[in-house]
Amino acid sequence: MGDRPREIETLIEMMARLPGLGPRSARRAVLHLVRKRAVLLVPLAEALRRVGETVHECPRCGNLTTAEFCEICSDDKRANGELCVVEDVADLWAMERGGAFTGRYHVLGGTLSALDSVGPEELRIPVLVARVRDEGIAEVILALNATVDGQTTAHYIAEELAGAGVAITSLAQGVPIGGELDYLDDGTISAALKARKGF
Amino acid sequence: MIEWRDEGAVLTVRPHGESAAIVELFTAAHGRHMGVVRGGAGRRMAPVLQPGTQLAVTWKARLEDHIGSFTVEPVRSRAAHVLGDARALAGLNALTALLSFSLPERAPHPALYARSVTLLDLLGHADAWPLAYLRWELALLEEMGFGLDLSRCAVTGERDDLVYVSPKSGRAVSAGAAGEWADRLLPLPPCLLGQGPVRAEEIAEGLRTTGHFLEKWLAPALGDKPLPGARARLVDLLGRRM
Repeated sequence: MGDRPREIETLIEMMARLPGLGPRSARRAVLHLVRKRAVLLVPLAEALRRVGETVHECPRCGNLTTAEFCEICSDDKRANGELCVVEDVADLWAMERGGAFTGRYHVLGGTLSALDSVGPEELRIPVLVARVRDEGIAEVILALNATVDGQTTAHYIAEELAGAGVAITSLAQGVPIGGELDYLDDGTISAALKARKGF
Repeated sequence: MIEWRDEGAVLTVRPHGESAAIVELFTAAHGRHMGVVRGGAGRRMAPVLQPGTQLAVTWKARLEDHIGSFTVEPVRSRAAHVLGDARALAGLNALTALLSFSLPERAPHPALYARSVTLLDLLGHADAWPLAYLRWELALLEEMGFGLDLSRCAVTGERDDLVYVSPKSGRAVSAGAAGEWADRLLPLPPCLLGQGPVRAEEIAEGLRTTGHFLEKWLAPALGDKPLPGARARLVDLLGRRM
């Protein structure tokens, strides 16, 4: 495009690669940033630079951190013997928003997938097995997505940990809070019915 | 605009752009067929677009050779019935992966489709599915042009005492005719001939035999791609049951 400087064009191309943004919305965002140079563009550039330089994966759990180990792994109060296995960092953040879990996490970095040739070696499963062995874990909670890939991964992990002497549990599946039966798919309804409990 | 309606089972789903997905189905009348599902990567569609789900679909495209788009309506969810059962889930993964691996695009296979749908419905509901799966692999080989002849002995022509399969010809061999070649032949468990009660060991033996022909006959014909890992996992899980 001859009507825009190369630098702006590059920024638009980069922004358009972000989730939720296409070329049109990236153009709008870049224009907004340039117009609000002092309050948005410069602080954003600085924030991006800092994140790029300091944030890395926690070598123990896979969470994002700027320290050697993440806050959760560094907190001794969270070493209560419970380890929650999640697919990625977004799931860890979701669990933390709930505030109900007080143990530690293990981020796999994906799920097993025949389609994408993702095997156990591509995930952090060997690290998980070592953690369960070395950290005095009593219960492993498999908080993986209720999808075919998610549950295939959960079964695989359960087999890997079968001889480790730990309790292996998984999240319940069923009707979400605020959910109306009429709007649920038949699979969710049958899973909820199977997992019914005394009232 | 070209348009058709059909029913089919989901094989694979890949995200496409921000919110769409490219869905691969095994349909009754149009075989293995792909199409874009708008909103297919969204949360609302996630339970519907799981492998194995039976869908009623409408496919539309401007030209026949375009990928086109599907509008989908769930008919029957299957994943939910097998998510808690490692073996049945492995069976679902193996079946969908092998169909995706083997079938040519847009070529109808009505007999294999019917068998596949029956097997998908059996998963998670009955102990009989491992045998149904084993027979389904035989049917897959036959449909792809690599059928085994288990009706009579390749050497003597007799119909009794068939206990081996020749790894070269795919034909049955009787115990008497095998002689000193027996250790080089593949097992032919009685369950593949519809004889007697099925033991878990027989399923494992049968899968060793079908696996040989999937690997040595089918895979080379498809460009020598390795067989999907999902099948190896199923074989491993069913073998551990013994």
